[in-house]
Amino acid sequence: MLLIHCPYCDDTLPELEFAYAGEAHIARPSDPSELSDEEWRDFLFIRSNARGVHAERWRHIHGCARYFNALRDTVSDKFLRTYKAGEPRPDTSVQEAVK
Amino acid sequence: MNAHVTPNSPGPVSLTIVPPFARFSLRIAAASVEAASKAFGLELPVKIGQGQAKDGRAAWCLGPDEWLLHAVETETVQIMEAFARFRPETPHSLTLISDREITIAMEGARAAELLSVACPIDLARIHPGMAKRTVFDSAQVVLLRDGPDHFRLEVWRSFFPHVHELLQIANRELASGY
Repeated sequence: MLLIHCPYCDDTLPELEFAYAGEAHIARPSDPSELSDEEWRDFLFIRSNARGVHAERWRHIHGCARYFNALRDTVSDKFLRTYKAGEPRPDTSVQEAVK
Repeated sequence: MNAHVTPNSPGPVSLTIVPPFARFSLRIAAASVEAASKAFGLELPVKIGQGQAKDGRAAWCLGPDEWLLHAVETETVQIMEAFARFRPETPHSLTLISDREITIAMEGARAAELLSVACPIDLARIHPGMAKRTVFDSAQVVLLRDGPDHFRLEVWRSFFPHVHELLQIANRELASGY
């Protein structure tokens, strides 16, 4: 079982308490009506599908219930780091192990 | 290994259903927690997982802005009024959830072992006095630890038959020598 570090609980807890919530750092356009259909489609559906380090949202649904972000390597499935929602994506050139 | 097991054999851990009491879910900004502590008459813990108890009232921090409050059932209205008084200055939500959950108390030297049947959390890291929301065989529960061998499991009513049955089965398995 994967163990995930929740940045709000500051604790490493079993994967069963968490839910995946898609790619992180995708800002909703402030005025969707100004967008073309293609731009709106890109916002809704087009994702980076990274091979390697991927920034993604997780929710500690069966715990503190908070959304947070995580950097996970999609090849090894290892979590590199988790951080609170609203914080910028950490620099991945220095790979840190999850606490 | 040779223990005689009947379907109703109680097992090494005593499982009891706690009589009704008042439960509240409090949501308030962490910065305003002092006002809530004053209204509840108990200093609310600020670290997730930590608990505090005094004079029949208890509080546990479950999230960055969420607390679980316990009190005697007859004090329900009194507590709601105390919080209503400071709501205009300090917005918050106090929801009465007494009837939402049923609490199972577990006591016995093998209580932690019994819980580990379906609880994925590392129980050694939950110290007496702490509480965590977690899962028990995929049903969401709040796990309270009162002592090394004393736990309480707060389960939503609709999940209760499943969780209680599973605990009883596991308890019988412990008695049978597994």
